[in-house]
Amino acid sequence: MQELLLDIRGLRTQFFTDDGLARAVDGVSYSLEKGETVGVVGESGCGKSVTALSILRLIPDPPGKIVDGEIIFEGTDLLHLSSADMRRIRGNDISMIFQEPMTSLNPVFTIGNQITEAVRLHQGLNKRDALAKAVEALKLVGIPVPERRVHEYPHQLSGGMRQRAMIAMALSCNPKVLIADEPTTALDVTIEAQILDLMRTLQDELGTAIIMITHDLGVIADIARKVVVMYAGKVVEQAPVEQIFGSPNHPYTQGLLQSLPRVDKDASGAKQRLQEIPGIVPSLLNLPAGCKFASRCPSVMPQCHEQEPPLEPVAPNHYSACWLNH
Amino acid sequence: MAAETLLEVNNLKKYFPIKGGVFSQTIGYVYAVDDVSFTVDKGETLGLVGESGCGKSTTGRSILRLIEPTDGKIYFEGQDVTALDKNAMRSLRREMQIIFQDPYASLNPRMTVGSIVGEPLEIHKIARGSEKTERVASLLQKVGLRAEDMRKYPHEFSGGQRQRIGIARAIALNPKLIVCDEPVSALDVSIQAQVINLLEDLQEEFGLSYLFIAHNLNVVEHISDRVAVMYLGQIVELAPDTDLYNDPQHPYTEALLSAVPIPDPTVTKKRIILEGDVPSPIDPPSGCHFHTRCMYKEKICEEEAPEFKHIGSGHWVACHFRPKA
Ligand SMILES: Nc1ncnc2c1ncn2[C@@H]1O[C@H](COP(=O)(O)OP(=O)(O)OP(=O)(O)O)[C@@H](O)[C@H]1O
Ligand SMILES: Nc1ncnc2c1ncn2[C@@H]1O[C@H](COP(=O)(O)OP(=O)(O)OP(=O)(O)O)[C@@H](O)[C@H]1O
Ligand SMILES: [Mg+2]
Ligand SMILES: [Mg+2]
Repeated sequence: MQELLLDIRGLRTQFFTDDGLARAVDGVSYSLEKGETVGVVGESGCGKSVTALSILRLIPDPPGKIVDGEIIFEGTDLLHLSSADMRRIRGNDISMIFQEPMTSLNPVFTIGNQITEAVRLHQGLNKRDALAKAVEALKLVGIPVPERRVHEYPHQLSGGMRQRAMIAMALSCNPKVLIADEPTTALDVTIEAQILDLMRTLQDELGTAIIMITHDLGVIADIARKVVVMYAGKVVEQAPVEQIFGSPNHPYTQGLLQSLPRVDKDASGAKQRLQEIPGIVPSLLNLPAGCKFASRCPSVMPQCHEQEPPLEPVAPNHYSACWLNH
Repeated sequence: MAAETLLEVNNLKKYFPIKGGVFSQTIGYVYAVDDVSFTVDKGETLGLVGESGCGKSTTGRSILRLIEPTDGKIYFEGQDVTALDKNAMRSLRREMQIIFQDPYASLNPRMTVGSIVGEPLEIHKIARGSEKTERVASLLQKVGLRAEDMRKYPHEFSGGQRQRIGIARAIALNPKLIVCDEPVSALDVSIQAQVINLLEDLQEEFGLSYLFIAHNLNVVEHISDRVAVMYLGQIVELAPDTDLYNDPQHPYTEALLSAVPIPDPTVTKKRIILEGDVPSPIDPPSGCHFHTRCMYKEKICEEEAPEFKHIGSGHWVACHFRPKA
């Protein structure tokens, strides 16, 4: 039995906008064990980042609010911590690599300043030790000549190096949980391969548990042990990676996998027309009753438009929210 | 069956001047496209892949002369595009269209979908009034939208739908060639397949040719008949798509293919992890541009640029050591 590290239970995060109430995260539950990598996939706007920001309590309020749920980290509900206690957790026990590196690296401070600030705050190191720690962190993520780079500003680094600097910053306090929100989406494939390789190595060495948010199922197949599939603010399927790809249960997951062109398959035989999922994602402001995927589902039944299917076990460790299983 | 060449690009170069100093003189150049040659046949899709900044968009835009090439020749149906004056170029644009990456930025937000799609018909005096309306309606239906959508504005549509609007506009004049510059990169996975299928259907119906630019190799391989791989302003390899995948010759192509994430956890690949970053096109490395990251590098690679040579069956490569002796 593995050790449970982070447990998100029934999380609901909403945005109160001029256009109405957006149920961005609507009853999401998933958990993370020590040293494990969980992959979170889903369409743009389905609530992947908002879930991650909720874990760190970084939801802008207003317009956002966590209205329900629990986020249990090592036995403590983070949603009940004081702001001061939460600050101690953030960047120390749980740290995050944000979707846009330029928004989270401060352009007016050197890379070194930004890393030393975190380690001084959390680990009480003096200036010199903190700088040494920063250089060490940059070296760990494979930045050449870290002694020099540590004094440079974010704009002086290439996209790939900036992403590494972000990882260095996120890892500088040896967090137990690393939340990586699309850490490689903006990067080229050869640089992406470097970063994924780096994350795997660091996980082996430091035992960090990782929540990997991405829309790229190729990245998920490569790095995750468990996969959470989200659709319109909900988890629709969750399973070990082999089962998600080998025997997907939810029609959305099935459709997603079939719609992907694959260089390895295409090249080996006659090309086939891609399977498409018709239609588009419903607006969060105006969600239909019942299953949110019903309007695009090839196996839709009358019941699907009326009642929302619960997330239920369909095999050991494999959960799916679909009325077809009844 | 001899294929008929539609587009021929010979030794295309585009250098962007870098201005600086008090009198804003030219202090250097961005060698964005540096001696690129290829052809596109009638009804064919040529894929163009490579890392960010390697010159894919610049190549695509130069062909339509949306930017003026620094040097080189472009022939469209045998006609020298680079020699055309403004008017002749405008009428040639009926035959060559472009679809952009960003479905949000590329459509005028203040125009209705009807005027966006109908505008080329008016500019080229092909249809007006009710005839134009009819043409627009049928174009919208062709790309999977509804005739009523004509009265709406771009912001009322999703990303995939906006890309369809861009496609409807691009096919309005029955072009022979469409440059597709990352047409699905900004779209969700579940929407990408819709747009790719649409492009394939239109190609079949109208015998269109595509220059399909993308950085996603899974997508490029799927849609292309042949693929050209670019690195730092140059094409390093060009081959029929299955040959390129099954028998990559250039070390860069090899690394690129090995790095493509395959959505299948049972496939374990031996990854070639390239060291370092892509060098700057302002000051490209001497000799073979790839030598700074190449695992097979030898002395000659630093000194001499390799020739882009034909190694048989339409397979071209620029490497001193390929094909293997
Ligand atoms: N500050 C905000 N104000 C209002 N709505 C918001 C805000 N932040 C997020 N949302 C809404 O919450 C929903 C979920 O957003 P989220 O960023 O979690 O999506 P995501 O799954 O991370 O998508 P992507 O793949 O595009 O990053 C979206 O519909 C978004 O519009
Ligand atoms: N108008 C311009 N002025 C100066 N430099 C430019 C201009 N347009 C492009 N460049 C430079 O030329 C090079 C090639 O750019 P290009 O946009 O063709 O790359 P790309 O392969 O399309 O990249 P991406 O995948 O990021 O779209 C880049 O270094 C870019 O910065
Ligand atoms: Mg996000
Ligand atoms: Mg481009």
